Amino acid sequence: MDSLRENLTMATPTTDGKPSHDVHGGLPIPRRAANRPVPGAELLRGWYRELVLIREFEIRCMQAYQDKKIGGFCHVYIGQEAVAVGCVAALKPQDPLVTAYRDHGHALARGMTARACMAEMFGRVDGCAKGKGGSMHMFDREHNLFGGHGIVGAQTPLGAGLAFATKYEDEVINNGKSSRVTLCFLGDGALNQGAFHEALNLAGLMNLPVIFVVENNGYSMGTSIHRGTTQSHDLSSKALGYGIDSAVIDGMNLLEVYHGMKDVVEKCRRESRPAFVDMRCYRYKGHSMSDPRKYRTRDEEELWEQGDPIGIFEKFILDQGAITHDQIKALQKEVKAEVRDAVDFADNSPVPPMSDLYHDVYREPWGRYTGTSEPRMYGGAMNPPTFRATREGDGLI
Amino acid sequence: MSATQELEFRDAIRDAMSEEMRRDKRVMLMGEEVAEYNGAYKVSRGMLDEFGPRRIIDTPISESGFAGMAIGAAMLGLRPVVEFMSWSFSLVAADPILNNAPKMLFMSGGQFGCPIVFRGNDGAGGQLGSTHSWSVEGLFSNVPGIKIVIPSTPADAKGLMKTAIRDDDPVFFLESERLLGMKGEVPVGEDVLVKFGQACVRREGTDCTIASWGRPVHFCMEAAEALAKEGIFCEVLDLRTIRPLDIGAIERSVRKTSNLVIVDQSWSFGSPGSEVAAQIHQRCFDDLDNHVHRVHTEDVPAPYAFNLEQEYLPNTRKICEAVRSATYNA
Repeated sequence: MDSLRENLTMATPTTDGKPSHDVHGGLPIPRRAANRPVPGAELLRGWYRELVLIREFEIRCMQAYQDKKIGGFCHVYIGQEAVAVGCVAALKPQDPLVTAYRDHGHALARGMTARACMAEMFGRVDGCAKGKGGSMHMFDREHNLFGGHGIVGAQTPLGAGLAFATKYEDEVINNGKSSRVTLCFLGDGALNQGAFHEALNLAGLMNLPVIFVVENNGYSMGTSIHRGTTQSHDLSSKALGYGIDSAVIDGMNLLEVYHGMKDVVEKCRRESRPAFVDMRCYRYKGHSMSDPRKYRTRDEEELWEQGDPIGIFEKFILDQGAITHDQIKALQKEVKAEVRDAVDFADNSPVPPMSDLYHDVYREPWGRYTGTSEPRMYGGAMNPPTFRATREGDGLI
Repeated sequence: MSATQELEFRDAIRDAMSEEMRRDKRVMLMGEEVAEYNGAYKVSRGMLDEFGPRRIIDTPISESGFAGMAIGAAMLGLRPVVEFMSWSFSLVAADPILNNAPKMLFMSGGQFGCPIVFRGNDGAGGQLGSTHSWSVEGLFSNVPGIKIVIPSTPADAKGLMKTAIRDDDPVFFLESERLLGMKGEVPVGEDVLVKFGQACVRREGTDCTIASWGRPVHFCMEAAEALAKEGIFCEVLDLRTIRPLDIGAIERSVRKTSNLVIVDQSWSFGSPGSEVAAQIHQRCFDDLDNHVHRVHTEDVPAPYAFNLEQEYLPNTRKICEAVRSATYNA
């Protein structure tokens, strides 16, 4: 039907750098990077730094979680770093990005500081959402990160809506040409949510420039993809039903992610049409911090660890002469210091003031809002409120 | 007083949307059958002709998808108006409308708001049966972050809709299919808005306050008329919005009449009516001559049979009975 799909079925199977233990049971992944010009050394080093930063950040998150500094649910990104870094590298800064709850990697790749991200995890006032979002809800307006969404699949219609809005702004309001693409990440578990299918249908129908990137790590929590998803060997069939182009990309290999996504992003931008990506990857840790991973074998994990995205990329840039062993050591040291600083920063950041409880519920300040629920604060829990609800005769606007 | 024109309820809503769309290109309308069909209930008739298919957008029957899509668009800065053919159908969009729209501002620490209007028919229509007769104010008023508007007259429908579209928060605008053909005088003017959180005194009285919102306000007026002939003079308050709630207006009226009957077309358990009753008991404990009385829809699924449906809903007879009981005239 379309060129991307042809690419896929014509591709020659290859196992370079990839374990033979295939949890996805999928069709072979086409290779793209070998025939492309290698990006400049500075860019390569920058990507490498991001990979290492995300890995280090997540390791420290796990420690902080064990130390009970981080509460609630916490889903770490270890093993999937190349996906966020490679995808973001293929975007422009003005392109909106929205993702699911395993979102720390995307936030860092998009440019959020480790400090703001860690402080959010700690529930502190210097967090990206002032400590009111938490691990699953990372938002960053400056970097066009539209969340972090906790309900599986909920972000897929939002992604379609972001694309609708950029296209509407460019074409209807400014009478120009659609110029931005939206990247909407989801896990393979979201493939089975109704919202995902409705979003694909709408995106296909309305020619929305949105790319649905399935971070297919083979497991929706503890359910392997073949136990929960039909056609799991060929996810492009999900998109085919909605007339949407698709691609399969090796998510463990940063260069493959970058070049593969570059193609998809350019086509999406040029044609203002949606796309679908089966991004094959593996999470090394559990679904969340409480997951003992009894649904898979240690052998399987070890095989995948041999194809560590950081190891693959590190070897590549060393071979390219883009970096030296000494530079790697220095860089790792620098990143460790940066993340340690982020943890210290988060630990020292104040907890949100109690008055924040009633802020950002509505755009309107409480003083003008006459709601059903009064901000009634009991003895000593907070400073006296500087706002009052429901004064007699109070109106709005 | 500014000039008025007579309009049907549905055209008042249409005029509000059209005026706001002329004023602001960020405003667009989407929903099932809103464009080429001219609206399942003809609320949007003529709008496709004026604004074209890029701004008046037919969607597939896909409430979760298009509600979520509109929320994403609102996060980026558009101001979508989304029509649910019926609020009963919004239940399949519960996640986007309850989990995304009202929480986005809060959980993003104030970074991303959601200036969006969801609108459509609410409440029992004419014998539509159990699944199509939801009064969603009972469910949704429980959720902070939403504003809930429920007009009872064409003039309010227009003024409140314009306020809703200009509002920076998610607004649930509940129309009644039974009222869409109602005619009324509507003020002319682009900037005639009705404020949220301000109740309207529909009828003044001294003996008992009747507080209501939406379609049942008309039953309250009929009841007040009938009761006046018995020498019981009721003050009828139309709340107009449930969130924000003008509890102060009810409080002031109750201090005058010492009695309150709440008429609420949603089920009684955990409803706006029960919230108002609780707040008034707390605020006016020493002013009340009797406990607050409530007239709700009966606590059963909506029946199909005509006679059962009439008895199921709040009606004039039940309101009269409640007022007589509250004022010790039973």
